[in-house]
Amino acid sequence: MIRQMVKLNWLRGLALLALALLGVAACSQNENVIRIGVFNSLTGGTATFGISSTNGIKMAAEEWNAKGGLLGKQIQLIVEDDQSKPEEAAMVVTKLVNQNRVAAILGEVASSRTLAGAPIAQKAGIPLITPASTNPKVTKVGSYIFRVCYTDSFQGAVCARFAVQKLGLKRLAILTDVKNDYSIGLADYFKRDAVLLGGEIVSEESYSEGDTDFRAQLTSIKGANPEVIFIPGYYTEAGLIAKQVAEQNMNVKLIGGDGWDSPRTVEIGGAAVEGAFFCNHYSAEDTSQMVRTFVANHVKKYGYVPDAMAPLSYDAAELLFDAIQRAGSIEGSKIRDAIAQTKDFPGVCGNITIDAERNARKAAVMLQINQGKLKVYDVIQP
Amino acid sequence: MKQRGATRTLLVAALYLAVLLVLGSTLIPFIGPYYTQVLIFIGINIILAVSLNLILGFAGQFSIGHAGFMALGGYTSAALSFYVLAPLLAGFGTGGLISAISEPAALAVSLLVGGIAAALAGLLVGIPTLRLRGDYLAIATLGMGEIIRVVILNTDFVGGARGFTDIPRWTTFTWVFLLAGLCILVVRNLIASTMGRALIAVREDEDAAAAMGINTTRHKVFAFVLGAFFAGVAGGLQAHYLQYLHTNSFTFLRSIEIVVFVVLGGGGSITGSVIAATVLTILPEALRGAESWRMVIYSALLVVMMLTRPQGLMGGREFQWSWLLPGFKKK
Amino acid sequence: MSQFVQQLVNGLSLGAIYALIALGYTMVYGILRLINFAHGDVYMVGAFVGYYLGRLVSAGAASSSPSVVNFFLVLGGSMAACALLGWVLERSAYRPLRKAPRLNALITAIGISLLLENLGQLVFGADPKDFPTLVERTSLSVGIVTFSNIQLIVIVTAIVLMLGLQYIVHRTKMGTAMRAVSFSHDASGLMGINIHRVISFTFVLGSALAAAAGILVGLYNPKIDPLMGIMPGLKAFVAAVLGGIGNIPGAIVGGLIMGVAETLTVGYLSSTYRDAITFVILVAVLLFRPTGLFGTTARAKV
Repeated sequence: MIRQMVKLNWLRGLALLALALLGVAACSQNENVIRIGVFNSLTGGTATFGISSTNGIKMAAEEWNAKGGLLGKQIQLIVEDDQSKPEEAAMVVTKLVNQNRVAAILGEVASSRTLAGAPIAQKAGIPLITPASTNPKVTKVGSYIFRVCYTDSFQGAVCARFAVQKLGLKRLAILTDVKNDYSIGLADYFKRDAVLLGGEIVSEESYSEGDTDFRAQLTSIKGANPEVIFIPGYYTEAGLIAKQVAEQNMNVKLIGGDGWDSPRTVEIGGAAVEGAFFCNHYSAEDTSQMVRTFVANHVKKYGYVPDAMAPLSYDAAELLFDAIQRAGSIEGSKIRDAIAQTKDFPGVCGNITIDAERNARKAAVMLQINQGKLKVYDVIQP
Repeated sequence: MKQRGATRTLLVAALYLAVLLVLGSTLIPFIGPYYTQVLIFIGINIILAVSLNLILGFAGQFSIGHAGFMALGGYTSAALSFYVLAPLLAGFGTGGLISAISEPAALAVSLLVGGIAAALAGLLVGIPTLRLRGDYLAIATLGMGEIIRVVILNTDFVGGARGFTDIPRWTTFTWVFLLAGLCILVVRNLIASTMGRALIAVREDEDAAAAMGINTTRHKVFAFVLGAFFAGVAGGLQAHYLQYLHTNSFTFLRSIEIVVFVVLGGGGSITGSVIAATVLTILPEALRGAESWRMVIYSALLVVMMLTRPQGLMGGREFQWSWLLPGFKKK
Repeated sequence: MSQFVQQLVNGLSLGAIYALIALGYTMVYGILRLINFAHGDVYMVGAFVGYYLGRLVSAGAASSSPSVVNFFLVLGGSMAACALLGWVLERSAYRPLRKAPRLNALITAIGISLLLENLGQLVFGADPKDFPTLVERTSLSVGIVTFSNIQLIVIVTAIVLMLGLQYIVHRTKMGTAMRAVSFSHDASGLMGINIHRVISFTFVLGSALAAAAGILVGLYNPKIDPLMGIMPGLKAFVAAVLGGIGNIPGAIVGGLIMGVAETLTVGYLSSTYRDAITFVILVAVLLFRPTGLFGTTARAKV
């Protein structure tokens, strides 16, 4: 009998513990603020993108709050980490929408994770602006999903035009990250445009995010004797690939997309990435007033020169806050309409006009790595 | 006496179903999508833990490929729903009554097919590998799980490396817990049968069991296939809830997580698996922010448990009604 | 043709690293009949110790010393640190389970493996780190094949270490004891061999080799992260099974075969099958020749 009582209490204790834990998770909500949800990869494989992006968003929110906030209320950012995993992105967006009841969502740099989170926001009627997901499918999710960067079809065309026309190199090889939506999309558009312009794809090889040994693929590519290797991947692998290209004594030009934009590319690649090109959204060396102010403020706050994710995310946040101000409401549909009407919004990465497909139309820059620094080589208008 | 046991089981099942239906229509709209999501993951994890317990705890076969079966079941049922059932349903129109009947029916078919696909894979893998013992079996199941994952990764019509999107959302709270209940019932009754006794004999001493005339391979394969079936069903439930599948969700770390549920709860105790799956699903949600510590705690627990209490939380014992109602004596 | 030879060179360099890890698996299995799942993570710890030591020597006073000296400093330091780690793991987690069912030991090994991975993520950080450049990379061309000095260092270091191991196992007293214990715990105990000491020594030796593999991979593919040990660990285990688990030359041959098979798969099929080939080999071995290429059949006594 006593034994049974003990067991009973033990079970009851467990049930209470479970309830208490759930209770802790539900914290009280303050209605004197405007809650904006942010989801990014703060840990995991592409953590530097997420951290950089979140820093940019925080800068924008602090500036607005210092000026008196939005619609007379302070902006409260609720930042969630998706650990660089798509399913975790779906989880945290559900939490932001249903638990935190945010007015709008900013986030994800990576297309694959924005694609996992966007349908949830769309269904709930909460506007979502992605700062840097370039895959065309992202904004096709629905009428509440926007982006402030150019798409991969534009970026792919820019890289193809650059290789075939500007550099005059026609024998092209592609090394794609097949675990990555962004990479696959960019490779497809590059291929399409390069062939149209008279280039020849002599070799196509693949790798998977997280790989460290690319020698087998590069040996195959070398056999096809290309003049250019297009590597539409992330900085996490780009530097390493460049090193192994150098090891193979290949005489080729390396071209990449905006996924290369991180100090780590040069850190890892060293001499091997010297002379390589990549397409980007902005250059920290731009002399315009806006870029100079932004870079100076960023350096003051975080102590380093930002990569493109920070200003893009800053732009996304600024555009969102401006739209909420214009909408005069935190109702999802009104914010959505205000974002859709954005025209010539002055951003750090160029002026933004949101088109009918909810994409931003803006220019791209082609950077070259020159003595470890990023130099503007070319600017391509849409 | 046997009759009374059956009647009682039936009674409990009916009561359970009624409670689920009531909760599904009252509690779920009330607590909102976030808590519902937590509850649904608890249910899915219970199915996974109990079905692995059949293989690992009762039959004593160390399988670390459960996530592979889950993936196979999930992708199969998702593909069926996406390519066949959802267009079919759309053809019926979206009337209130029609969709109220056709959606659950479609989900049931989809889950069943997913489960069968996983079970077939279990059979295919089980027959050759279950001849192996202990650690070799562990590695073989692990390899099998990874191969399933790589094959899916290279199958374009289920999204390949980009993940499978736009799966219809048919999974509900009631469905998840209905199937969790079914899984518990099936495993419980199996264990009480001759088959179950034979499985336990295999776990205790395979050679002795064989000497007693038990066809050990057949019994092991049966447990393996049944476990795989329920893992496949769990995968299907997850697919129709998240509406998104990616092979990264089914790495061998996911398999290990299920092993942790079983080992912590106690191999050979269904109650233990249910408790462990519930607590270990709530814990990380409640501790969001301390995410990086979660797996450290899991793994440390696993080691400490093995060193100090290898039989797990429940140590093979089961929940008895008499714990709750002291007067309710088991006859 | 030249492409094929080139792929072979790439594969052998990778295989040499797998072989070094496989040795630790095979030795521990030979003696304890335990798959030490945490072995791949010891290799990861080795790489990280090398990372910190490497930054120390290339930044500190030793920066003027030649790169060869730095390399040996880092290699030796990391091997010593991991030898200690191996000893601690065996002592605290595996020894108490010596008489327990094998399933318990296996689950403990998995637990230790997860613990090292997740502690690694907390202590070292989850994002990948760039392994310091200890030796400047140059490429050498011999006939139709191009290879880097790093590949040369990897292969030569691996060969030297394997010869060293062969010497220890066959020419020293401890090695003789190891072989005796792997034959029979009880009988060797009766012969006056301190079994615990021999098992500890085996872990120390295997862990040091894993650390060396970690340093070599850091030089070869200079990006390391706390989860880097999982896949190479599994592949090395498969290599050990392929060669006949418990068999030292078998582990070396198995490792080289795995490296070459992987490289050829990536080079001629697709990179997505990189990991699958490992498991296809494993399943094939288990089905057709469970004792591996060089293994001998042992009948279980009831």
